[in-house]
Amino acid sequence: MSLVARFLESNNIPTVIIGSAKDIVEQCGVPRFIFSDFPLGNPVGIPYNTNMQIEITKMALTLLEKAKYPRTSIQTPFTWHNHEWRETYMEVNESNRELLARAGEIRRARQTKRKYTN
Amino acid sequence: MNQNQYNPAFRLAVSYIDKSRDFYAAQGYKIPYRWAINDQVPFQKLTKPLSESNVGLVTTASLPDPEISLNFDPGILQIGSTYKFSSSPTPKALYTMDRSWHKKATHTNDLGSFFPLDHLKLLAEQKIIKSVSNHFYGAPTDFSQRKTNETIATEILSYMKKDNVDVAILVPL
Repeated sequence: MSLVARFLESNNIPTVIIGSAKDIVEQCGVPRFIFSDFPLGNPVGIPYNTNMQIEITKMALTLLEKAKYPRTSIQTPFTWHNHEWRETYMEVNESNRELLARAGEIRRARQTKRKYTN
Repeated sequence: MNQNQYNPAFRLAVSYIDKSRDFYAAQGYKIPYRWAINDQVPFQKLTKPLSESNVGLVTTASLPDPEISLNFDPGILQIGSTYKFSSSPTPKALYTMDRSWHKKATHTNDLGSFFPLDHLKLLAEQKIIKSVSNHFYGAPTDFSQRKTNETIATEILSYMKKDNVDVAILVPL
């Protein structure tokens, strides 16, 4: 999505990204970025918290208008109710290492099959 | 660790580059994904005020297929195509299960949490923006940066030009 934003911007359409994968977006380099420090999936706000979602949408519009330089990032003032999600996303530990290796084998087999059947 | 606190000896922000590299290495993938890095970043100032601007919304979610349950997780990222779809009425749901997001920690049952179309419509009523584009746009997450640059981005630009979009909000899951 960061690459799409860059392309649109290069073609005279100002862009803003609302997202949660800060390192991926900022390393790619985008004109304007609203960072929601939430688990991936709800960058516009906590589910069913419409007021928060509208506020974050307004932040994005304000950034569109006010940013003077590329790579302008703003973090929303909102926080998730715990930090557990930071550990549990794509978690690798001793308890699941064997399972992940097996899942990788199955995944590769499916990808190979797909390559030869498509 | 107390789940309401975080160990200050560690970085708070999640690095998805680190996470995904370790995760796929544990799955036996030998070569890590090479993420896009750019020194130069394009920048286009607004040419007219927001209150006179037509806003285009881009999502990485897909249009639901009536044959597939919204809750069905294919377990492997599906490579899709771009699309445009009417902004009115707002769709009841979008399909997200083929995308990478934190399925253990949250859900995408509330469209407004990742697809702010209704919020933009409200802001148009309040005259903060002039209008929401007649269509919203789907840009799938694709492994290939070349395909994203050469196909996906050009298609999204072409949809937006036809719809006279002035500014774009992009919301990846």
